[in-house]
Amino acid sequence: MKRAVFLTVLAALLVLGGCSAPQHRWKLTDVRGHLPDLAFTLTDDAGKVVDASAFRGKLVLLYFGYTHCPDVCPLTLTHLHILMQRLGPLADRTRVLFISVDPARDTPPVLHAYVDAFDPHITGLTGTPAQIEALAKRYRVAYNRGPTLPGGGYEVAHSAGIYIFDGRGRARLLATDADPITSIEHDVRELLGVSP
Amino acid sequence: MNRLRRIALALAATVLTVPAFAAGITVQKPWVRWLPVGQPAAGYATLINSGDTPAALVGVSSPDYGAVMLHRSLDRGGMERMVMVNSIPLPPHGRAALAPGGYHLMLMQPRHAIRPGQQVTLTFTFADGSTIAVRAPVRPANALD
Repeated sequence: MKRAVFLTVLAALLVLGGCSAPQHRWKLTDVRGHLPDLAFTLTDDAGKVVDASAFRGKLVLLYFGYTHCPDVCPLTLTHLHILMQRLGPLADRTRVLFISVDPARDTPPVLHAYVDAFDPHITGLTGTPAQIEALAKRYRVAYNRGPTLPGGGYEVAHSAGIYIFDGRGRARLLATDADPITSIEHDVRELLGVSP
Repeated sequence: MNRLRRIALALAATVLTVPAFAAGITVQKPWVRWLPVGQPAAGYATLINSGDTPAALVGVSSPDYGAVMLHRSLDRGGMERMVMVNSIPLPPHGRAALAPGGYHLMLMQPRHAIRPGQQVTLTFTFADGSTIAVRAPVRPANALD
């Protein structure tokens, strides 16, 4: 009888204590152990060659896109801007990396003007086609240039995921366009060790 | 010329405050997402067909841009792509939303420097040949709607 009461109390404590249990309840997709650590050599929007170690110590949100993308990329970057606003001072412990899948047109100055229009916590990164391909392959990101449009432009179809890395550069979570900002905010706060 | 311009501006102000009618169609809440360095901008609006017959948006032009295309963003298996569309259907007593992540206008080759806070003219052409011109506010890159 005593044992049954003990077990009931234990079960209740486990339920109540669920929030402080070590196992996280992520709202996004947990990719820990399924994707490699953040690694790249690219050129940032100030024209400086950087590698992933430059962003160690910060939670990184990695997103692939291009500046001639008028609809979806601005929408995602706007969502990330809103996320940064919601994080307040915590935003300084994060960095959004916007990787161009269109290095032919996205020079550092173009990327700088573009990311700057969205949020100061975004860094634009470009590079040689081989450098970008290497990073995209690392995270199984697909992209391909579409046919030339009237006027000479072209679209670049690309994967729309947001890859989230912790301060040690480990891949932790994957968000998609369908995930609400509040879900990303919840998980980012968890990763930063600040319970929502 | 100046007088014509004033009249044109006055007319433009009118369509801003009063929904423009063409065959029972109205264009509501038009806006443009500004992007820097003259990158193609996206235009959005809600089209409402209050008539009894089907209608369709078949094109948009603007004196402020060299080219305007009807586009649709599609998410296919996690791949984001844009496709050109020839028309956007407007069922009777129905609506079509041109909104981020779906149907939108791609506004290219700005004819002059366009900045957030300004307004641009968008002329919507429908399948029956009718047109509606509206003034659309240009919003910052990171505007949600």
